Amino acid sequence: MSIQRPYVRSMDGWWKRNAYYVRYMAREVTALFVAAYALVLLVGVVRLSQGEAAFNGWLQALKTPLSLAFHLVVLATFVYHTWSWFNIMPITMPMMFIGGKRVQPGTITRAGLAAAVVACAAVFVIVRGISS
Amino acid sequence: MKRSNEPIFWSLFGAGGMLAALIGPALVFITGVGVPFGLFFPPDTMSYAHMLAFSQHWLGKVFLLAVIALFMWHAAHRIAILLHDFGVHAVAPIKFCCYGLAFLGTVIAGYTLLSLGS
Amino acid sequence: MADTGKIIEIEILRYRPEQDEAPVLQTYKVPFTDDMSVLQGLQYIKDYLDGTVSFRWSCRMAICGSCGMMVGGKPKLACKTFLRDYYPGKLRVEALAHFPVERDLIVTVKDYVKRLEGIKPYLIPKETRTLEEGEYLQTPQQRDRVMQFSACINCMLCYAACPQYGTNPKFIGSGHMAILDRYNSDSRDGGREQRMEPVNEEDGVWGCTAIGYCSVVCPKQVDPAHAINKYKIESTMDYFTRFVTPGGGDK
Repeated sequence: MSIQRPYVRSMDGWWKRNAYYVRYMAREVTALFVAAYALVLLVGVVRLSQGEAAFNGWLQALKTPLSLAFHLVVLATFVYHTWSWFNIMPITMPMMFIGGKRVQPGTITRAGLAAAVVACAAVFVIVRGISS
Repeated sequence: MKRSNEPIFWSLFGAGGMLAALIGPALVFITGVGVPFGLFFPPDTMSYAHMLAFSQHWLGKVFLLAVIALFMWHAAHRIAILLHDFGVHAVAPIKFCCYGLAFLGTVIAGYTLLSLGS
Repeated sequence: MADTGKIIEIEILRYRPEQDEAPVLQTYKVPFTDDMSVLQGLQYIKDYLDGTVSFRWSCRMAICGSCGMMVGGKPKLACKTFLRDYYPGKLRVEALAHFPVERDLIVTVKDYVKRLEGIKPYLIPKETRTLEEGEYLQTPQQRDRVMQFSACINCMLCYAACPQYGTNPKFIGSGHMAILDRYNSDSRDGGREQRMEPVNEEDGVWGCTAIGYCSVVCPKQVDPAHAINKYKIESTMDYFTRFVTPGGGDK
């Protein structure tokens, strides 16, 4: 009886098919902003090597409204990166047992987020300390 | 089929991602908002003299290179995957461009930081 | 059947290769009660409305893994999904995503089975053991280590959830990795090295981009996303240490 003609369905636009996929894409898109910020820092380092006038030009550019808007957007995406990073991180770790009980992924996420808060606070304190 | 070389790029991706997750928000705030607009930080925190001294110290060099290079390697890996997810299937050219740019950024940062002396 | 008066519209993506160029939607009006699963809805259609509708099913109780399909756009077991949750809207039922459609709600599974065979999903004893030595002993923790991943029923919902598998059918996928780890982690097993070659390839764990939807849809809470991503670390460590490992590490 059967004619066998398996039908392969298209994967075009797959990421629009449900909210879970869209959130995944949002997480991946943060990389564009990480790259952009690294580039800003790289330009700063290069300007530093080109002397005081060049570096002051870079500093001045940071004081413009455009730069502020850019950095606020980048800040928001970095915060989302931190959140999504520690939410996905537990799946890469080996199964851990403490006292015979399985360590839950949520515990690892919370520990990671706490570490980020502490690390950011430490950076603030160190920079404040060095600059005074 | 042969073993993949992904572990190299995935390790760099992971290191950059972890660094960005832990201190990224603080760095972005300090360099992009706090210092330029004098919020919580003296406006001369990033002055030429301060930044030159910082980058001439070996710790400063290591820190700046780590942040710039690892952020770029992290972004390169994720952007290569992002392009694949959006349907661009030229895998080898994409990887070459993304990792190539990260490599270039690393070299420029390293060379520049070394050239600043100590 | 008790006549409660409630009717739900079930829209099925039909595909009959002998007459259809491409899949086409067909709607059926199905009377139902609140205790009816989507599978029972399909069985009503086949018994009373249209005997040509084809679908796989067996146990009706979420243990055989046969009735995986897309219900309302999401990978589900038809026997574990209830019509009442979609009423009064229209319910769309399609063949499991990311697999070629053979007919109606039936997909091609032979690649899945072949790849499963390739990961050696059986105990390869660490050392030979005679009958006189008695049974293997395992602590509760050793058993807990394998219980979660051993719950896999091969329903393939995780493959339907994975767009990386959808775009690359050679990708090993998270389900097989859970089964692979179930054997690697068994205290009785000594076959880890034999299983690792497909894991370290481009189409092995490195095809995974940690989307995580596979674990969301798994009907048995296996958490295959964890299984496959765990092996990224193992594959990486082995990649870097193989030059100093006696025997050269995994392939």
